[in-house]
Amino acid sequence: MKRLKSFAWEIWLPIVLIIAWLVLSAGSKSFYFPSLGSILQKTQEVWFFNGIVENLLPSLVRILAGFLLAVLFGVVVGTLLGLLPRFEGAIRPLLEFLRSTPGVALLPIAVIFLGIGDGMKIFMIALASMWPILLNTIDGVRSVEPVLLDVARSYRLTLADRIRFIYIPHAAPQIFAGARLSLAIAAVVMVVTELIGSPGGIGYFILDSQRSFKILDMWSGIVMLGVLGFLLNLGFRLVEARVLAWHHLKNA
Amino acid sequence: MTTPQTQTPAPTSTGPTDDILVVDHLGKTYGDHQVLGDINFTVRSGEFLCIVGPSGAGKTTLLQCLSGLIEPTSGSVALRGQKVTEPPAEMAIVFQDYSRSLMPWLSVLDNVALPLRSAKTSKAERIDKAMAALIEVGLKDHVQKYPWQLSGGMQQRVAIARALAYAPAIVLMDEPFASVDAQTRADLEDLTLTIKNHLGVTIMLVTHDIDEAVYLADRVLVLGQKPTQVVDLIETHLGTNRDQITTKATPEFTELRSRVYQEIRHGDIPSSTGSVTASTAPSAY
Repeated sequence: MKRLKSFAWEIWLPIVLIIAWLVLSAGSKSFYFPSLGSILQKTQEVWFFNGIVENLLPSLVRILAGFLLAVLFGVVVGTLLGLLPRFEGAIRPLLEFLRSTPGVALLPIAVIFLGIGDGMKIFMIALASMWPILLNTIDGVRSVEPVLLDVARSYRLTLADRIRFIYIPHAAPQIFAGARLSLAIAAVVMVVTELIGSPGGIGYFILDSQRSFKILDMWSGIVMLGVLGFLLNLGFRLVEARVLAWHHLKNA
Repeated sequence: MTTPQTQTPAPTSTGPTDDILVVDHLGKTYGDHQVLGDINFTVRSGEFLCIVGPSGAGKTTLLQCLSGLIEPTSGSVALRGQKVTEPPAEMAIVFQDYSRSLMPWLSVLDNVALPLRSAKTSKAERIDKAMAALIEVGLKDHVQKYPWQLSGGMQQRVAIARALAYAPAIVLMDEPFASVDAQTRADLEDLTLTIKNHLGVTIMLVTHDIDEAVYLADRVLVLGQKPTQVVDLIETHLGTNRDQITTKATPEFTELRSRVYQEIRHGDIPSSTGSVTASTAPSAY
């Protein structure tokens, strides 16, 4: 009952907005702003299910591969840097510089070296989205309770066990906070790299439709992009709820 | 009424079979700030030694030196004849602050089982040992909970179980009952005595509470102000079966408490301990 109530509380505004869009756009004669009804109809025609296989799945594979690479790299390198504070201090300015450079600025270089295929796209997604995870992991690992480190030393835990049972679990809430941000960046970079890339992918589909004046198709692509983002976020929240169950319970 | 015997704090004089821990001319200096003076004493195998001293007497520093967590500036500590340079496998520590010494992301059982990983035992064996220790401290029904779901006293029991499961020859406790209420404190004191009698483990407990030190200890080591020195080492002779009410009401207990109190206040052994009687004894607080 309580869950139902909180779900209802979350869903009422989107429903109101969609209905408003439906009603206000009904009978629209504008070429660029067609009615929502016709957009949804087009969405069903184009995307279920040929479009999903042709354009949504490739995008999904790229963003998942790029994001998981970012998580892997961010957590591994972040843990190492967190454990070596002196070394981290030395390369901190470099990290800050690289982080402040918008990742997509490297797109032209990436295209030269990696082409316009999946490899370049996954690389760009990983590169641009890893920063929040990397920096949050460093902070999380460095902020471990000193008493716990004394406990670990006095009970002679190996470094591997310390990382697995103390550093990573302690940093996990911060890592997830960073990863949530990373996922949003990854979605943006996914679309941007698809705009300049080879066929296949939602970003390419949207651009291609616009160029061929298939405005309804373009809008249906944007709708599907929203659906993809929503589903990715939902998946992320499910994983987080499982992994950080203790943390949510403790702070409830 | 017998006057408690004073043991002169001399190191390495008794046989190695009796002494489990030998502290020899131990000193610790931070910069030009001397925390520990020249500390000498031995811990006998199977005894309950309480270290009592005023606040800020470097008790925690001493304990960290004894456990190999920090390196002393001078002198040495030896556990069963082996010089302590890092935390020894035969030693377990119960830290003061249970809320910070337990891992909030692990269940009670996993917290207790975690240190056993260093002994390369199988998982089933680790769980068995952890369960046995949790039963010993009376937490059989709470093993799947997270530590922060338990009361303060129960959390400290988890920390004690963790030390016991490790099967150490000596347990070091750093003001373990300082942050629980009085009733819980008395319960935990009695639990610690029961465990010690049951398992025969050597316990060294650091406290600022004179009553607690006298009540628990076979011998009380009295420390003075910084730079910390050993003021006295007193045999309590209070017997094995102690009770919060009757033991604390005995004239022996009252006299010991007064003596320790005076030694802490003056930083010296009083010239005539016999002159302090129960009626004129100042409160320990």
